[in-house]
Amino acid sequence: MKIHEYQGKEILRKFGVTTPRGVPCFSVDEAVKAAETLGGKVWVVKAQIHAGGRGKGGGVKVAKSLDELKQYAGQILGMQLVTHQTGPEGQKVRRLLIEEGADIKKEYYVAALTDRATQKVAMMASSEGGMDIEEVAHSTPEKILKVFVDPATGLTDEQALYLSNGIGVPEGSTAQAVDTLKKLYTTYMETDASLAEINPLILEGNGTIKALDAKFNFDSNALYRHPEIVEYRDLDEEDADEIEASKFDLAYISLDGNIGCLVNGAGLAMATMDTIKLFGAEPANFLDVGGGATTEKVTEAFKIMLKNPKVKGILVNIFGGIMRCDTIATGVVTAAKEVHLSVPLVVRMKGTNEEIGKQILRDSGLPIIAADTMAEAAQKIVDAVK
Amino acid sequence: MSILINKDTKVITQGITGKTGQFHTEKCQEYANGKECFVAGVNPKKAGEKIFDIPIYASVKEAAAETGATVSVIYVPPAGAAAAIWEAVEADLDLAICITEGIPVRDMLEVRNKMKAKVAAGGKETLLLGPNCPGLITPDEIKIGIMPGHIHRKGRIGVVSRSGTLTYEAVAQLTEIGLGQSSAVGIGGDPINGLKHIDVMRMFNDDPDTDAVIMIGEIGGPDEAEAAQWCKANMKKPIVGFIAGVTAPAGKRMGHAGALISGGADTADAKLAIMEECGFTVTRNPSEMAKLLKAML
Repeated sequence: MKIHEYQGKEILRKFGVTTPRGVPCFSVDEAVKAAETLGGKVWVVKAQIHAGGRGKGGGVKVAKSLDELKQYAGQILGMQLVTHQTGPEGQKVRRLLIEEGADIKKEYYVAALTDRATQKVAMMASSEGGMDIEEVAHSTPEKILKVFVDPATGLTDEQALYLSNGIGVPEGSTAQAVDTLKKLYTTYMETDASLAEINPLILEGNGTIKALDAKFNFDSNALYRHPEIVEYRDLDEEDADEIEASKFDLAYISLDGNIGCLVNGAGLAMATMDTIKLFGAEPANFLDVGGGATTEKVTEAFKIMLKNPKVKGILVNIFGGIMRCDTIATGVVTAAKEVHLSVPLVVRMKGTNEEIGKQILRDSGLPIIAADTMAEAAQKIVDAVK
Repeated sequence: MSILINKDTKVITQGITGKTGQFHTEKCQEYANGKECFVAGVNPKKAGEKIFDIPIYASVKEAAAETGATVSVIYVPPAGAAAAIWEAVEADLDLAICITEGIPVRDMLEVRNKMKAKVAAGGKETLLLGPNCPGLITPDEIKIGIMPGHIHRKGRIGVVSRSGTLTYEAVAQLTEIGLGQSSAVGIGGDPINGLKHIDVMRMFNDDPDTDAVIMIGEIGGPDEAEAAQWCKANMKKPIVGFIAGVTAPAGKRMGHAGALISGGADTADAKLAIMEECGFTVTRNPSEMAKLLKAML
């Protein structure tokens, strides 16, 4: 689960990391009031959306007067902010963060994430803060330093010092940088984050280290023990169909193609999408109905797929293990009737009670196209939508 | 022969009294030598009782001492699953198989590091399969986990996969064209897990009754590439490889910092290329896995 920058900074402050003072706002009036309360002569107006790359897209502006602040807040609130992470349609800005200006002397990058290979927490740091870190990793990988932390010991002083010195934090600020890194690690562990990234972490003219940005991602498996983080969820930032699907315990991701697919198991779902592509078409979605699909779940899955106007055909691929093919067949027939299915439907079923399932499809009176293999199913649905 | 388990393996079921545990224990008992294999269950509140004629003990340690079981299978719900794994490790079992899906990653990080520290300190190593996996099966001998038993046939092909249903797909294809399986292993889809592709490939390489292997992977993480490099230097048996997710969008499941640390080698295309370079016969058509393998025998 993702959260906004201002929420991430609230969490960081709770764990003792220094950030600029700031106020989240939902209107221009609130923004002006926030600036007045913060005081000073320079403020930063920051669009709050879950995607990165906001600055380049025009979602971050420095205001040097209240008039300017009012103007920028008006421009940014409500805009469709397009970044490399939003897709071409962009994301509507509904919230702003008004922050005091910072005296940036140097920008660093620091992050914590779980490393699969070592099964430890990777703490990363770079002298190249403020930039697209993927670009840094690609062109100058030597500028990204990593240490791997055993959760039993935590981030040690030596490790934190290695990172701080390695990215060139000046001596006078080393103690604060080490402290910030250790607090970032603690935040990561205590909140069950899957990513905690500060880009940039800045050095101010007076030597203070501050988190100028905050990006978090949380492990959805652990949200049950973090009601305080669940409260940060902003449904406006999530795909409406994906939210709807999750209510029925369906894993759904919309894609750009025109073949809807309904599969059990994430691996088989991806393999089905890949097979559709192999036969010359593109999948319209990823949809895993999971292990215990009921008629109700299959019906909802059909409804969600068909909400997408691009869908010109549907491929159902089920490997009936614990779930029986006759149950699935009944679900498919019921769903197709209930939604008055008008696009071609290919069904491939394998496993327990396969023959009974196929008979149910044949007896349904619906124009369902049967297939024996994934490849045959993909070929048939691609031909049917041509 | 087979890898990890056979008809003489004695199994403890942790979480045997839950709905999932009961359902699958019954199916496992019904399969091949299951009645002899599933000898104990664990539930501190129901110690002394029986379920499907299987005695329930208060702890894994006690169950192992009383029955001589060396393997456990875990159906404990996510919040307590990592503790259940640790209980199996502290009881010095040979293998713990964790079926549970949805365990917090931090819990897995902590238990995996504790397991490694125990071995480093000279303690007995307990292998872990999973979590979030279907388990493993040696056809006609023993099934430990949630896979449909009837699609398997005894034979000489090994199958290893992260995904449950893709394992079944490969097994069904093999059975259909007359190739049985020595063992089929689901290593699970979680980022922090126990046995990886490389470990299972090692076992299949050493198993005199495995002639060839189907190795199936997915996008994300370095495991398949690591296994491929090992196979290039060591594997003496033919391998068919498939990676699911050529069409999966980037950044949907992992933030970009995750892709960063694996050096961008974790797309399906990158993994397929490495596997091909390491001598695998790779396919982009998952319906052809068994057919390709047969052509190589």
